[in-house]
Amino acid sequence: MAKPVDVLFDPVFKKNPIALLVLGICSALAVTTKLEATIVMCVAVTVVVAFSSASVSLIRNHVPNSIRIIIMMTIIASLVIIVDQFLQAYAFSASKELSVFVGLIITNCIVMGRTEGFAMQNSVKMSFLDGIGNGLGYSIILVFVAMVREFFGTGKLFGIEIMKQSTEGGWYVPNGLMLLPPSAFFLIGVFIWILRSIKKDQVGAS
Amino acid sequence: MTRESTSQTLTVALMLCGVCSFLVSASAVGLRAKQQENKALDKQKNVLAVAGLLNGESKTEIEAAFEQIETVLIDLKSGEAVEKVGKMPAAEFDARAAVSSPRLSINVPAEKDVASIKKRAKYSFVYIVKKEGKIDQIVLPIHGMGLWSILYGFVALDADTKGIRGIGYYEHAETPGLGGEVDNPIWKAKWTNGKQAFDDDGNIRIEVVKGEVNSSTPDAEFKVDGLSGATFTSNGVTYMLQYWLGDHAFGPLLERVRDGEFAEPQAESE
Repeated sequence: MAKPVDVLFDPVFKKNPIALLVLGICSALAVTTKLEATIVMCVAVTVVVAFSSASVSLIRNHVPNSIRIIIMMTIIASLVIIVDQFLQAYAFSASKELSVFVGLIITNCIVMGRTEGFAMQNSVKMSFLDGIGNGLGYSIILVFVAMVREFFGTGKLFGIEIMKQSTEGGWYVPNGLMLLPPSAFFLIGVFIWILRSIKKDQVGAS
Repeated sequence: MTRESTSQTLTVALMLCGVCSFLVSASAVGLRAKQQENKALDKQKNVLAVAGLLNGESKTEIEAAFEQIETVLIDLKSGEAVEKVGKMPAAEFDARAAVSSPRLSINVPAEKDVASIKKRAKYSFVYIVKKEGKIDQIVLPIHGMGLWSILYGFVALDADTKGIRGIGYYEHAETPGLGGEVDNPIWKAKWTNGKQAFDDDGNIRIEVVKGEVNSSTPDAEFKVDGLSGATFTSNGVTYMLQYWLGDHAFGPLLERVRDGEFAEPQAESE
């Protein structure tokens, strides 16, 4: 039986959902041009994974096998709508920036992957921790990508100017590629490369 | 009752749907007031920013600054202020939603549709900024196609309706660093130094041109520097000004403003 601490922290580096399993890539490309929006997105995903895992685990012994996937989808979709409503009420500017990507958390493979792969077999507490852990694993990569993209793409971090852009009279010529989705691919690739050079056991069989 | 039986399947499905729909509706209804307040504040903030009146981002600062602005719903065809659209009070009108309603929108004829919007609402909000009882500026909502997306924004005109006081976009999806530079404060500042939308004969002359405009450029008051690497977005800005300031859109309203019609306080449509 795994220890709660392992369940919580394994997904951060050992079994990172993006770096090891390469799940949840689509939002990692879309919402990482600004750190502020990225962090809101990470919180939203973490909340959704944690609570959907916990809810699925709670009813796992009553769910007929034939409809388990649609049951999970319903729970996930409801939680995503609720999170979206809260963002619109309390983090309006971030929610405007994230636009459809909050709704698209429903299709984030990490969420469904954890409910089907973990929550269906484990206790509520463990599933909740596993959800938080995977949310953190997702967040750490997104925050890393967003930091690099915002810094080199606009010379800012959290919207605060660090290097003045040449278009605004400064010296820094912004790297436009960083603001376009492909740059996130490169950055995630680099991250996976570094991680797998350190942790050789993560290298896939060739 | 076994776990895989039909009755168990139905019971679980129904109960889950019940619980989920309750939670979703509760959050939607419970948070609606706050969300609408956010939307309204956001709109006010955008209007204030274009009019150059935004002093701070907080709710109280925005609301205080907005006190000097009258919101008026107008019928674009006649340029008259209206208090109701059908049975709906003016305050509830939503121009973005109206575009998809056949009753509240019209097709823009192809030869007039320089801004490539195909349809527009029949009514529009306009924002009249007053100082000491006189019209100071008029802020008009505009939108039109850029390269990738429709750009939504506002243009602020002088009380004589000819001079431009500012322009700004609050929603677009142009390429960051190229067309996305419509948000660049330095570019936006180029609109505020005495640019003229109309010439003395009432023709729309303002345009975004390639390259840099300086004082030696002929007709510099009608020209604004283009965004480098963003010809389509720059042209989009020109075209949407041509459309929205033209006869098919705000033309009749601007005529009335020139005749002094909106100098008196209007019935507040907020």
